[in-house]
Amino acid sequence: MSKDAVNKELFVRVSKRDSISQKKAWGIRFAGIALSLIVCALVIVAIVNENPIRVYMGIINGAIGAKRRFWVTIREALTLLIIAVGLTPAFKMKFWNIGAEGQILMGGTVTAAMMIYFGDVMPNWLLLIVIFIASSLAGLLWGLLPAVFKAYYNTNETLFTLMLNYVAMQIVTFCIVFWENPTGSNTVGIINGATAKGWFSKIFGLQYGLNIIVVLAVTLIVFLYMKHSKQGYEIAVVGESQNTARYAGINVKKVIIRTMMISGAVCGLAGSIIVSGASHTISTSTAGGRGFTAIIVAWMSKFNPLAMIGVSLFLVFMQQGSIQIASQYGLNTNASDIITGILIFFLIGSEFFISYKLDFRKKSKEVK
Amino acid sequence: MKKVVTLLLVLAMTVGLFTGCGSSNKGGNADNTPAAPSGTETDSEAIPEGSAADIKVGIIYIGDENEGYTAAHMEGIKVMATSLGLSSDQVIEKTHIGEDESAYDAIVDLAEQGCNIVFANSFGHEDYMIQAAQEFTDVQFAHATGFQAASSGLPNMHNYFTAVYESRYVSGVVAGLKLNDMITKGEITAEEAKMGYVGAYPYAEVVSGFTAFYLGAKSVCPSVTMEVQYTNSWADMTAENEVAKQLIANGAKLISQHADTTGAPTAAEDAKVPVVGYNVDMTLVAPNTALTSATINWGPYYTYAVKSVIDGTAIAADWSKGYVDGAVAISPINESVAAEGTADKVAEVEAALKAGTLKVFDTSTFTVNGSTLEELIASNADYEKYSANVSDGYFHESEVISSPAFGIIIDGITEK
Repeated sequence: MSKDAVNKELFVRVSKRDSISQKKAWGIRFAGIALSLIVCALVIVAIVNENPIRVYMGIINGAIGAKRRFWVTIREALTLLIIAVGLTPAFKMKFWNIGAEGQILMGGTVTAAMMIYFGDVMPNWLLLIVIFIASSLAGLLWGLLPAVFKAYYNTNETLFTLMLNYVAMQIVTFCIVFWENPTGSNTVGIINGATAKGWFSKIFGLQYGLNIIVVLAVTLIVFLYMKHSKQGYEIAVVGESQNTARYAGINVKKVIIRTMMISGAVCGLAGSIIVSGASHTISTSTAGGRGFTAIIVAWMSKFNPLAMIGVSLFLVFMQQGSIQIASQYGLNTNASDIITGILIFFLIGSEFFISYKLDFRKKSKEVK
Repeated sequence: MKKVVTLLLVLAMTVGLFTGCGSSNKGGNADNTPAAPSGTETDSEAIPEGSAADIKVGIIYIGDENEGYTAAHMEGIKVMATSLGLSSDQVIEKTHIGEDESAYDAIVDLAEQGCNIVFANSFGHEDYMIQAAQEFTDVQFAHATGFQAASSGLPNMHNYFTAVYESRYVSGVVAGLKLNDMITKGEITAEEAKMGYVGAYPYAEVVSGFTAFYLGAKSVCPSVTMEVQYTNSWADMTAENEVAKQLIANGAKLISQHADTTGAPTAAEDAKVPVVGYNVDMTLVAPNTALTSATINWGPYYTYAVKSVIDGTAIAADWSKGYVDGAVAISPINESVAAEGTADKVAEVEAALKAGTLKVFDTSTFTVNGSTLEELIASNADYEKYSANVSDGYFHESEVISSPAFGIIIDGITEK
C-alpha cells in the first residue's frame, strides 16, 4: 500500500453520474437489499446462532403472518406514507423540514382536544370532519412559523423546525397534565373508550378503511399537485435555484410560505390519523420518530409520492417483522432496531451508488 | 454483465431458500406454530384441566432486563415457568411495549398466538388490555398496577400488585436505625435527621410507598423528617441523579427512591450519603452507601395466575399480597454500612407484619395537618373518599383494590 500512496492517483475515484438507466438503478437497489439481508443474516447468526432463513421466515410471519398483523403493517405504513407525502413539497423546494415530529404532535394534540371537548356535542361524521380541519390547521401553523422566518429573514429552517419539535413536545406534556386520567398518572388513557366518539369509523367492514381512503387520497392529490399544477412547477423551480425563480418572475417568499403551509397541514393531518385512527390517546411518543423515518422514505422515493407507497410498506414490513423475531427468539427489541438500521444503511448506500460511480484505477490489478 | 449474473444468482438462492424453508415449516416447528394465519382464536383455547403442557403464557413489558422494574417482572415469570414446568416456547415475552396502540397490537397478537393468559406490566397498558379483554373473552388478562379490573365488570380482566408498602416500611426501619446510629455517633443532631426521597410522579402508588418508608423510619427514629421531589418519569437516570443531589444539598442525610434506575444511588455514593434503593440490590453501584432495597417478588402472583388457568379456577379480580405470601422482601442488608443490630430488628418487624400485629398505616402513628385520619374523614369532604379504606385503627392499603390508594401527604413529609 505504501507504494500506492506514492502515486498521485487515488485507488478509487468517485464521480457524479451524468445519467443512469432505470434498469441499472433498480439493479443497484436490489443488490443493496440483497447485501443488507446477507449482513443481517450474519448479525443474527452471531447473536442467536439460528438459521437465518428461519429468521427471515419469522420476519415475514411477524409482518403479514396473521390477519391482524397484516393490518397493523398496513396501518403503520399508511401513517409513515402520509408523513413522507407531507414532507415532499417542502423537500422538493429544498426547504429542510425536520419538524414533521412537531407538526404531527400539534395535529395530534388538537385532535385529542376535539375528541375530549366535542365528543358529546356532535355526531361522529361531523366530529371527524372538524378533526381533519383542525389538525391540518394546527400543523399548518406549526409549518408556517419557520416558513415566514425563512422567507423574510432567511433563518436556518433546519434548526428552526427541529427546535419547534421540542416546543411541541412541551405543549403535549402540558396538555397531558391538563387531561390526565386518572389524576397524577401522567397518561391520558384511551379517549372516549366507551363511546368511540372521534374514532375513525369502520368502512367496508375494514377497521382501517378510513385510514386507507384518507392517506391514499392525500397521496394522490399531492402527486398531482406536484406533477401537474403550476404551483408544483414553481416549487420545483424554487428548489432548483431561487435566483432562477426570481428571474422567471416567481414570488419566492410566497412560494416558500404557501408550500410549507401545505407541508405542515399534511403532517398535522397525519397527527389526526395517528390519534383518531389508531391510538386514541395522546402522549409525547405519539409521533414516535416517524417524522424522521419519513424523511428517509421521501428521499429514497426521489420525492415521488407514488413510489413512497412501496418504500414505506417495505420499511414497516421490516420493522414489524423484526419485532416478531425479537420476541420469537427472546431477543431484546433493540435487536430488531439493529436489523432495521442495517437495512436503511444499505438502502441509503445504494442511492449513493446510483448518483455516483466509482472508477477503480486500472493499475490496481498489477499491484495485486 | 457480471453484476447482473451475481444478482440473479443471489435472487435465485434467496427464492430457493425461502421455498425450501416453507416446506420444512409444515413439519410443525415450535417457533413457527404461532403463524396460523387463519382460524386465529380457535385452537388451544380450551385447555384440559390440570394440564400444563398445552398452556401458553404471554406478557408485554414496558422496558427490558436493563431496567429494575421490568427485570423484577422477568424474574417472576422465570420463577413461574420453572415452578410450573413450562418450556421456553410456552412463554412469549415482548419487551419495550409503549403505552399506546402498540400495547393493544401486542396484547391482541399474543391472544391470537394462542396465549391462554396475557400479562401487562405498565400502568398505561390497562385501557388497551381492557379493550382486548372485551374481544377475547376466552383469554385471561392480568394487568399490574392497574385499578379498573373490578369496575370494568369483565370476568377475564384482573389487576395485580403487591403490598410493597410492607417492604418499604421494613426498609424504612433500616434507614431509621442508620439515622439513629449517626445521631449517637454525633455525626448529626436529632433535628438534622432528614431523609430525601426521589419520587417518580405525585401519584398514589408513589405517595403510598414513601409514606410507608417514612413511617418505618419514624417508628425507630421519632425526630425524622423527609423531603420528596419528583422526576416526573418512571425511569430517567439523569433526572434521578440530579434530584438526589438537590435533596442532599437541601440537607438530606439519607436518600431513598421510587424511580426505576440507579441514578439516585449513584449520586448518594458520590456524596457518601446512605441510600435505600428500590427493585434491585443497589450494592453494585453504591457499595459504600447502599443499605438495602425494597424489592418485589412477582413470582408468587405469576405462579398463582397461571396455575389458576391450568386448574380452571377463577383468578381474583384484585390480587395484592405481601410478606405472608413471600411477594415482597428487602434485599440483603449491607452489613458494612447498616447500623449494628439492624438484622435483628428487621426480623422482628417482618415477623410482626406476617403475624398481622403490626399495621403499616396505623392511624395512631401519623397526623395530617395535626389531625388524625379518622377526624379528617369525618370533617373534611376531600378525605371522604378514603372512608372505605379506614377502619379498626388503620388504613387498609391494597385491600379494596390491588393498586395503592394512600395518596395523603402526612405531617413530617414535605413535597417539592
